Amino acid sequence: MSTTTQPSTGTAGGGSGDDHHEIIHSSKRFGERLFTQLTKGSGIGILVILAAVATFLVGLSIPALTADVKDLPYGNFWSYVAPFAFGTVWAAALAMVMAVPVSLGIALFISHYAPKRMAQTLGYIIDLLAAVPSVVFGLWGINTLAPAVRPLFLWLNENLGWIPLFSGAVSGTGRTVLTAAIVLAVMVLPIITAITREVFLQTPRLHEEASLALGATKWEMIRQAVIPFGMPGIISASMLGLGRALGETMAVAMVLSPDDVINFRVLTSQNPNTIASNIALSFPEAYGLGVNQLIATGLVLFIITLAVNMTARWVIARRSEFSGAN
Amino acid sequence: MSKRIETKNLDIYYGKFHAVQNVNMTIEPRSVTAFIGSSGCGKSTVLRALNRMHEVINGAYVKGEVLLDGVNLYDKKVDPVRVRRQVGMVFQKPNPFPTMSIKENVLAGVRLNNARISGKQADELVESSLKGANLWNEVKDRLDNPGSGLSGGQQQRLVIARAIAVSPEVILMDEPCSALDPISTLAVEDLIQVLRDKYTVVIVTHNMQQAARVSDVTAFFNLEAQGKPGQLIEMGPTDKIFSNPEEKSTEDYITGRFG
Ligand SMILES: Nc1ncnc2c1ncn2[C@@H]1O[C@H](COP(=O)(O)OP(=O)(O)OP(=O)(O)O)[C@@H](O)[C@H]1O
Ligand SMILES: [Mg+2]
Repeated sequence: MSTTTQPSTGTAGGGSGDDHHEIIHSSKRFGERLFTQLTKGSGIGILVILAAVATFLVGLSIPALTADVKDLPYGNFWSYVAPFAFGTVWAAALAMVMAVPVSLGIALFISHYAPKRMAQTLGYIIDLLAAVPSVVFGLWGINTLAPAVRPLFLWLNENLGWIPLFSGAVSGTGRTVLTAAIVLAVMVLPIITAITREVFLQTPRLHEEASLALGATKWEMIRQAVIPFGMPGIISASMLGLGRALGETMAVAMVLSPDDVINFRVLTSQNPNTIASNIALSFPEAYGLGVNQLIATGLVLFIITLAVNMTARWVIARRSEFSGAN
Repeated sequence: MSKRIETKNLDIYYGKFHAVQNVNMTIEPRSVTAFIGSSGCGKSTVLRALNRMHEVINGAYVKGEVLLDGVNLYDKKVDPVRVRRQVGMVFQKPNPFPTMSIKENVLAGVRLNNARISGKQADELVESSLKGANLWNEVKDRLDNPGSGLSGGQQQRLVIARAIAVSPEVILMDEPCSALDPISTLAVEDLIQVLRDKYTVVIVTHNMQQAARVSDVTAFFNLEAQGKPGQLIEMGPTDKIFSNPEEKSTEDYITGRFG
């Protein structure tokens, strides 16, 4: 979970200088060096790929950012991208609010409550869910989920309509940002569940027993030993899930009926679109500087994702002293 | 504050495996009892049966009775969580919670079961528990540092402070010094002498000198043969067990003429 790299040299090189150990030593050192180079190579490779993507995005975005407003098919870039940026973050945030608690619940159930057989079956089902392509989720969203949630939306609107979130006229189709967020939640759920389950299973028995021996109930043991120990893993897993939710294209493009607004209401038919979904929907008809403008929105998405991940890393690093890694 | 433990016809199982057979013993309050015996004879198993930690292992169960001042811990009405609050435990490897500070580690047990204490009470409890564990002077200036940053011996005493913070009646220790250096071992042994005045202490040890140094009573466990359940062979005042045991196998074990 942590990003610390093991010191890769040191043990093999030192030691006694006995003559007949010389050969073993040097071959060991060769393997060590090869491995070091390999890991270094893959590390650099990732950076190069990232840099290439960033260069591509920046290079093709510059024309849209520097051009005169009247030459731009979609008008001023910032007012164009603002609703999409909002929609992206908003839909992903709603999805995370739903997905994280449910995922942690399932993961804990699998790791600490379910009988072995059941835990295994559940694990398989979750892994299968991760393999479903997003088009299928999109279809499911339109055909099944949207009609199914409409009664729920009406109920929410009627009983909790005083909360701004649930106010306004309920969409007739059910294809709102909340529906899209539910689809996203279902899509990120397997990722978060699978990773956190593994992390929870790694909790040292010693810490669990320490808690139980102090008179903790099972739930208290989980709060005292399992969850704090798994915190970096929970954050990492959530970030991976969030990354997918922020970038998900197809499912959102299919489910959401978008509008050009910034709107916190989740049940109405005025829904902000997401960046990725907007690119997919607009790209076929884009021309000239419009293409650059769309790519520039992609750059904004890239920056949002990067910022979110860096924040998460920072949060983990701040607590690293207490991570149990030492 | 300290209670008598009695076991009656105690049989302990791991699933189908019968690990320990028919243990009958009485452990007096305000005394230190040492469990000795060769590896695998069931010392840890018996110890863990005394605070119902045995049953947290999958498939593990117990037959017979363990009485704490006359109350059977294995009665259906007894909640294992309450038992463990009264009978604290210290493990072989020091296990402070790595995600908690020294202070929070001491308070870990106190914070359970919805207990609420004020900040001032908490500070006092931390100080008295750490003093009780002979650790206060070493850590008083860094209570907010992570507990896992201490040395092994300090960690073990931190864990003991955590155990005594919930004011138990009994403290069980499973080879508490086996992962420690001689100086830390001495510190923990000194601490056991202090704990004797307030608690019933039971300690498992492989170190004969340690058993002789710290305990009032010694219990010797043994296996009849490999694969057979472990048994309590002999229990008595430590001087007697070490100088003039009743059983031949006890003498063989103590004098080192043993497998
Ligand atoms: N979790 C377990 N599952 C199954 N069998 C176990 C388990 N723990 C211990 N046993 C078995 O129970 C018997 C007694 O083990 P126990 O750990 O109590 O011995 P011990 O006297 O504490 O040994 P040591 O001195 O090596 O710590 C052994 O045969 C051991 O293999
Ligand atoms: Mg043992």
